[in-house]
Amino acid sequence: MLGFVIQRLLQAALVMAAMSVIVFCGVYAIGNPVDIVIPPDATQEIRAETIARLGLDRPLWEQYAIFVGNLLEGDFGRSFVYNIPVLDLIGGRLPATLELVLISVITATVLGVTLGIYAGYRPESPVARAIMALSVLGFSVPSFWVGLILILTFAVSLGWLPAGGRGETLSVLGIEWSFLTRDGLGHIVLPAVNLALFKLAMMIRLARAGTREIMLTDTIKFARAAGISEGVILRRHVLKLISIPIITVFGLELGSTLAFAVVTETIFSWPGVGKLIIDSIGVLDRPVMVAYLILTAFLFVTINFTVDLVFALIDPRIRSGARA
Amino acid sequence: MSAPATPFGRFWAEFRENRVALVALGVVVAMIGLALFAPLISPQDPYDLATLSLLDARRPPGFVGSGGYTHLLGTDPQGRDLLSAIFHGLRISIQIGLAAGAVALSVGTTLGILAAYLGGRLEAVIMRIVDLQLSFPAILLALVLVALLGQGKAQLIGALVAAQYAYFARTAYGAATAERRKDYIEAALATPLSGRRVVLRHLLPNCMPPLIVVATVQIANSISLEATLSFLGLGLPVTEPSLGMLIANGFRYMMSGRYWISVYPGIALIILIVAINIVGDQIRDQFNPRLRK
Amino acid sequence: MTGPEVLRVEGLRTHFETRAGVVKAVDGVSFSLARGEIVGLVGESGSGKTVTGFSLLGLVDRPGRIVEGSIRLNGRELVGLPQRELRRLRGREIAMIFQDPIATLNPMLTIGQQMRMAIEAHERVSARAAAARSVDLLTRVGIPSAPARLNAYPHEFSGGMRQRVAIAIALLHGPGVIVADEPTTALDVSIQAQILTAMRDLAREMGTAMIWISHDLAVVSSLASRLLVMYAGRVVEDGPTAAVLRDPRHPYTRALIGSLPATARPGAPLVQIPGAPPSLMALPPGCAFAPRCPRAAAVCGTQPALERHGARGWRCFRPVGVDAEAGV
Repeated sequence: MLGFVIQRLLQAALVMAAMSVIVFCGVYAIGNPVDIVIPPDATQEIRAETIARLGLDRPLWEQYAIFVGNLLEGDFGRSFVYNIPVLDLIGGRLPATLELVLISVITATVLGVTLGIYAGYRPESPVARAIMALSVLGFSVPSFWVGLILILTFAVSLGWLPAGGRGETLSVLGIEWSFLTRDGLGHIVLPAVNLALFKLAMMIRLARAGTREIMLTDTIKFARAAGISEGVILRRHVLKLISIPIITVFGLELGSTLAFAVVTETIFSWPGVGKLIIDSIGVLDRPVMVAYLILTAFLFVTINFTVDLVFALIDPRIRSGARA
Repeated sequence: MSAPATPFGRFWAEFRENRVALVALGVVVAMIGLALFAPLISPQDPYDLATLSLLDARRPPGFVGSGGYTHLLGTDPQGRDLLSAIFHGLRISIQIGLAAGAVALSVGTTLGILAAYLGGRLEAVIMRIVDLQLSFPAILLALVLVALLGQGKAQLIGALVAAQYAYFARTAYGAATAERRKDYIEAALATPLSGRRVVLRHLLPNCMPPLIVVATVQIANSISLEATLSFLGLGLPVTEPSLGMLIANGFRYMMSGRYWISVYPGIALIILIVAINIVGDQIRDQFNPRLRK
Repeated sequence: MTGPEVLRVEGLRTHFETRAGVVKAVDGVSFSLARGEIVGLVGESGSGKTVTGFSLLGLVDRPGRIVEGSIRLNGRELVGLPQRELRRLRGREIAMIFQDPIATLNPMLTIGQQMRMAIEAHERVSARAAAARSVDLLTRVGIPSAPARLNAYPHEFSGGMRQRVAIAIALLHGPGVIVADEPTTALDVSIQAQILTAMRDLAREMGTAMIWISHDLAVVSSLASRLLVMYAGRVVEDGPTAAVLRDPRHPYTRALIGSLPATARPGAPLVQIPGAPPSLMALPPGCAFAPRCPRAAAVCGTQPALERHGARGWRCFRPVGVDAEAGV
């Protein structure tokens, strides 16, 4: 088991290294890396001085070393627009995004797997068919459109929920959470529903397909032949057996959800990292873009690593190194 | 009734049985038709600035504009007839979706089959890159590429292709690897036929079914992704409004009750995407051996 | 018959109503089983033997269902019972073993967990009691260091051991009848013999009756005291194993025995049965074997009934080795 963990850690480190090289090269491919550090409207003097100071006239590999060194220290430069260290900027907006993403993802998975198992267990029932039809919609409709409709229905027409922004927050463990306040909860409902929809549809379809397949296997037949009740079969056999594909998709989709948060945050004016990056692209705030790339890569590597780890914990065949 | 002779005939006969899928297919064909003939059937040319009048701007559906005809779906903030704008927007959306899908299909399939065929180190490297890319969400990749490359049709298609070729590569690789092991390929390779011929005439056709399924899904995804990017302001330039851009234009007017500017293009987009997905679902069900009892 | 009757099947018909037509998988099967008896149910694939087995446990998947007939387990009628009732009987009074143990055991649960689930399906026991019982049974089926093995996963066992585990699970509640569907087909030949012996000894020890379903006449004949030969959903011959093997009456049985490598002369080509089994959707009007039978005649155009002659029976108008006028 330990060998497995170490192997995966090494892989993760390798990928991060590769990513840093790619981003670094990308920066060079686009233009002068100086433009990452100083605004385009700076004077020639400042340019020359910055180039010298940062050693941008030194050989390539030295610059890469400085680049990585800075990264490891957490120095991503300063934002052109806000003129504060990028890390602080992102750090300040991160809790909002995390909160939104976590609530969406957990809701989507729990609800989706439950509905999906039901749809797979009784595929011919009208409820199952309705679930599947709705899942097609959740799957194919672009999320920004759903956001639009949600705002139109609940905020404009019915006036039940606010159309944007984050509500009041409560500080827990030094971080501001908004879903703990009533006002905050009202503000988070629509964006969370919007963000969760796609993942919900995926989970439903996945759980359904998996359940359908599993119900036809000999494992289930044997369990039935032993007189085990359907409820126990669903809870202990089916749930365990579909957990592997579910977790795979969960991991993949977690990243996707983080990405789609960009859209949701824009529509609902949610003050998170997603909105930040869109705005930054718009004004070409390059330090923020670079930081976002690196941090995203880091996040992905971490997610993949965690998913692999969870697999090993769940599937005994992987643990002992046997072929699954 | 005798069973149809050709595989395609059988496929079509079974496809016809599902009425929902059939309707969806009809919708897709109809929309492609609308898109193709958009310049001919639009009441107004939305790109001809001379015909636009700001007096007509933001008018509700049914309004009779200064051009003399009825704006069936209302007008947008620039005074464009929304119906015409939707037709043209459909055209652009479908164009981009198909182009991106076709290129991604070619690139991805080539890579996947190459990897499966060549084997060894090259196979491992290619598939590792593809896997890595698969775990990276398409929208993020597209976002970053558009941000770096700037705006324009070619760049957008390029970004979409980069975000999606991996699906094709993986599918082609999986199918090719499975097929490669089968005896008939071994037999074909034993003949004097060149390797390339074997691939093109034997391997490729048998990899087509899963690729077709992926293609339909990815075309819908391309359209959706492009719309999202346009909505965020990162898509095509304002002079060629796709459906996403139209929706974005109307977004800020939704609060004041002028919903039609966003909603109607949105409905058109949804119908298109959902129809394509339904067709894709049906195709996938028909190709899936495990569901055939 | 070695004891009181535990199972009686009469006129069982299990049909599958598909879009393409009605598949008559089991079309009129009757037999009985006595306590401790091992009966072999033999036939090619598609003969209906597996579906017969599933029908006995009420495990026929849609679109199949038992359309006619009676199954009496210890005097109790099973056909028509709601699933709730059937579930109470499954595992407790009648159990089933399948062909491939790697497919029947959940790879993500330990053996101990799966055995406990089977125990708890019918009784409420403490974890310790369940473990003790599991260990006892695992030892009886011949698995060494049973207490440690409780925490092992299926993939840590060899094929033969896995099947022993499945047998142990089937025996947990001491059922009177076990239906074994090709339990040794997926195993190595050397392991086959071990499992066969183990099952025969256990059956004798616990007084369990067994229906051994197989396409392999050789395997079954070493174990079963009686044979039932099935073809196209019907029983075409039955009787004591030795008598049927030595002196087959139905031409199909004869051909089956003749095609065994064991009965062939060394060097002689193996005898094949010409043609193929009929589609169960479109059975011929008369005897189902007639199109392939070397002894077929005009009379075979009508359905033969199963004639009983003492302990034996056959479904043929022109049985082998029987004088048209005389009896056995």
